[in-house]
Amino acid sequence: MSIKVENLSKYYGQQAAVNNISFEINTGEIVGFLGPNGAGKSTTMKMITTYLTPNKGKILVNNVDTETNSMEVRRKIGYLPEQNPLYLDMNVIDYLEYAAELESVPKADISKAIKKMVEVCGLGEVQHKDIGELSKGFRQRVGLAQAMIHDPEVLILDEPTSGLDPNQIIEIRNLIKKLGKEKTLVLSTHIMQEVEATCDRVLIINKGEIVADGSPDTLQSKFKGQLDITLILKKDSTDKALILKAVSSIKNIDKARILKEDENSIHFSLTGLKGTDVREDIFKKIVSMNMVLLGMHQEETSLEDIFRQLTNN
Amino acid sequence: MKNILTIFRKELRSYFNSPVAYIVIVVFLIITGWFFTSNLFISGVVTMRNVFDIIPFIFLFFIPAISMRTFSEEKKSGTIELLLTKPISDMDIVVGKFLATLTLTAIALALTLIYVISLTFLGPIDTGSIIGAYIGLLLMSGIYIGIGIFASSLTENQVVAFIISFLIVFGLFLLNKVLIFLPPEFASVLEYISVDYHFSNIARGVIDSRDIIYYLSGITIFLLLTRTSLESRRWS
Repeated sequence: MSIKVENLSKYYGQQAAVNNISFEINTGEIVGFLGPNGAGKSTTMKMITTYLTPNKGKILVNNVDTETNSMEVRRKIGYLPEQNPLYLDMNVIDYLEYAAELESVPKADISKAIKKMVEVCGLGEVQHKDIGELSKGFRQRVGLAQAMIHDPEVLILDEPTSGLDPNQIIEIRNLIKKLGKEKTLVLSTHIMQEVEATCDRVLIINKGEIVADGSPDTLQSKFKGQLDITLILKKDSTDKALILKAVSSIKNIDKARILKEDENSIHFSLTGLKGTDVREDIFKKIVSMNMVLLGMHQEETSLEDIFRQLTNN
Repeated sequence: MKNILTIFRKELRSYFNSPVAYIVIVVFLIITGWFFTSNLFISGVVTMRNVFDIIPFIFLFFIPAISMRTFSEEKKSGTIELLLTKPISDMDIVVGKFLATLTLTAIALALTLIYVISLTFLGPIDTGSIIGAYIGLLLMSGIYIGIGIFASSLTENQVVAFIISFLIVFGLFLLNKVLIFLPPEFASVLEYISVDYHFSNIARGVIDSRDIIYYLSGITIFLLLTRTSLESRRWS
């Protein structure tokens, strides 16, 4: 089940919430929309789920147009909106039954579908409670359960882990990973680790435009900048300035400075040139100077750095 | 049709799952009961007249109150987004909610049949006009519910929804009362729009197709307006 978005635009008044974006999501992919708040992630999702209509461009879900044939698209999609809205006065089972009926699950299959969702989403112990009594983590599972009750081929989850505690986040992520194996899954988030942990592919969206598209690994190598190396040496009688000079002279080292100094050690901060690995040379140099290496750490550009680089303006 | 029924069942259940239904029904019965018994015991007349006269007044508050949450609550909590992305048409949702609210009103009205039954022990009753009045009240509540649901679809604030629907309902109700102050050529048009005028026709026991058409077209207009209001999310 593929999703194809062509030249999509959506304006709120004069302001473009989504500005002429195009992308394609293939069957079985787990794609993360990453972007700061207000970047247009939710608006794009709302258009895919037919809640909003685009001002320009079109969206095809498995080659079905969301505007001309919205009912067919809706049947294929399971949707968890932002903030996970729920009917707090209904109990879990009744709510899932209601969702199943709205999704036109055949009457004979409804109880089977509910049972399956209760099992998959781990709702067994709370199934007869009112949703209003549940903790946030359980509510999130109920939201996921209603989105999947009709076994949709596409799942659209808008910030599925927002507001959860770290343990719940891990649980929901594992659940998403488990589900993502069989479905085309699109999720949005502004948390970088989430994308790294769950997605095959990232679309970084900023101010209504796609600024990066690729797997977390390719993005990392593509946007890899300078290397930041921290070097810790045991303090001895050797002159600091001399060490600094020696280290600076290593091939591919761009800059070097003393970060801090305490009783037993000196910390250096080195910057290596893009696309090089200077650790071996540093090690050899230290050894040749007869000094003791206490630690060396190389920082790679993380997805978080890329995100900041691309969206901080 | 199946979808309308799904919405209908859920809405009706949520009325009875919360105190809303019980409170309004009890209040409704207390007020009508007071008018019924005071008439019966003080004037000693066997009639439903007083009750049928007071119900249109009660409806002015009662119906905006029970219909104000239909869409406002869903808008406020965001569940409207879930509902509108399910494979059912906007009209199915509107009609399902309308029928659920109408059913709640019908239940409240049906409970006043106790008064009618107790009257039959005391003397002859005018069956025709009583049946007419019930049909008239149900149709009247229908148009009011249409207005209430429409108002509810305009805002996520239930109080605002209540005030809007009360103002429209009250305006329609008042039309018939201010006709004497208006030039006659205006008056006949306004009379036709007035809810009260058609109700008084039906309540006499005369079921005229013109009155029925008035109510059914009024209901249809407001349900269509509600659908348009739901669709307006796409216009921006």
